[in-house]
Amino acid sequence: MKDTHQADPDRQAWMSLLAKAPEGRVAALLDACTARPAFTWLRAPETGAVMLRGRAGGTGAPFNLGEMTVIRCALTLDCGTVGHAYVQGRRKADAEAAALVDALMQTEAADGLHAAVLEPLRQERDTARATRAAKAAATKVDFFTMTRGED
Amino acid sequence: MYVAVKGGERAIENAHGWLAEERRGDPGLAELSVAQIREQLALAVNRVMAEGSLYDPDLAALAIKQARGDLIEAIFLIRAYRTTLPRFGASAPVETGRMACDRRISATFRDVPGGQILGPTFDYTHRLLDFKLAAEGEPPEAPGHPAEPAPAPVPRVAEFLNREGLIEEAPRDDTPPPDLTREPLEMPADRALRLQALARADEGFTLSMAYSTQRGYARNHAFVGELRIGTVPVEMEIPELGFAVEIGEVTLTECETVNQFTGSKTEPAQFTRGYGLVFGQTERKAISMALVDRALRWEELGEDNVGAPAQDAEFVLYHADNIQATGFLEHIKLPHYVDFQSELELVRKLRREAQETREAAE
Repeated sequence: MKDTHQADPDRQAWMSLLAKAPEGRVAALLDACTARPAFTWLRAPETGAVMLRGRAGGTGAPFNLGEMTVIRCALTLDCGTVGHAYVQGRRKADAEAAALVDALMQTEAADGLHAAVLEPLRQERDTARATRAAKAAATKVDFFTMTRGED
Repeated sequence: MYVAVKGGERAIENAHGWLAEERRGDPGLAELSVAQIREQLALAVNRVMAEGSLYDPDLAALAIKQARGDLIEAIFLIRAYRTTLPRFGASAPVETGRMACDRRISATFRDVPGGQILGPTFDYTHRLLDFKLAAEGEPPEAPGHPAEPAPAPVPRVAEFLNREGLIEEAPRDDTPPPDLTREPLEMPADRALRLQALARADEGFTLSMAYSTQRGYARNHAFVGELRIGTVPVEMEIPELGFAVEIGEVTLTECETVNQFTGSKTEPAQFTRGYGLVFGQTERKAISMALVDRALRWEELGEDNVGAPAQDAEFVLYHADNIQATGFLEHIKLPHYVDFQSELELVRKLRREAQETREAAE
């Protein structure tokens, strides 16, 4: 099932964005923008685990930290384009929607999907991050020195 | 000795039925949903993910519900579930230096670049019961003035000491790590294997081992150089595509200790490091892990083995797993009728022999 893909930075970026979207969000955006095309499963959604690794001291030798649930699938559109998804968790509908978007992004539908699915996802992700970062920043300590009785 | 015995089916079935009823509690009260547990008992969920060694908040919340809040039972359920999953591969090592930090503190440098970010912490609370929580109310808004987001990524504290050469370095290395879920844990265990075992170790056991080093059993003078909690992306090479993508995002707690070290035969006087990395917001466990990691490094740093429990890798690693421990511990409550019968026979025989010897002497 190995496709001969170059490491395409755009595709890496959209697959990453799709994998990290909140539950149901990719499907909602996809269905709001287009009717789903017909497809056949190349690999029906399958739940498994990925072993997460860390590094000793944050930067040193790798070690196995523990596993994470992941669902993956692959599908073929009628035109022959193949879409893949690897998504954290066990949500079949999310994996299917992500694989469909991945496939459609390699077709003429790409520009429309970019505007209707990927761009909103990216904005929502950035907003969520900024909101959380602002909450963290509000808990940052401002040290000040009390007047010392030196003279 | 194990002998199969029949006869308990009806009792077991009724016991399980009653368990389900007791789990539900008073039917006049609303039932807890898995999502409520996930959102409102998040630190319990984090502990179950960390010690169950499987990152999936929904499954951990379900396990807590099924186990009636018994976290070790919940961890057991998660460990059993994970054995049913096919392994798709391993991630690239997570880059904690790129963490989007909710919390980041250093106990060694007040004015650390990036700042002291307290995050949603219990620290500085008064530990007085808050009876307002007993009344139903509106969800609180996060207080605080709008602030400029912290610059991301926040630099590592160890890097500042590194610049002066005052702390041991953790040079990058890409040796594939051993995996105790694939090969049985055997001694001697290298640091990668020890870290894996500690990351899933029982929090209480790890805490006590760490505390023992603070009280003087292999004291290693730990400071929390840096503690950070936040999210990191998980990147994995997709075999069928031949390139890596981010497949998700996890919350981790990382603790790096800075430990006093006066030098040894092989190493100059410098600060050394202990390391803790744990799933979820789990800082007590991460700090404990870092202290125990440091204690277990005595040999590679050329320190003396003072015979302290926390220096004994075999003792620590073979007793740190609460599922192994509870499995062996709790099995003794299961029927051992035949074992015990033979013990009974033995004691009777010894007493009889002693009695006969006494009577012969009289």
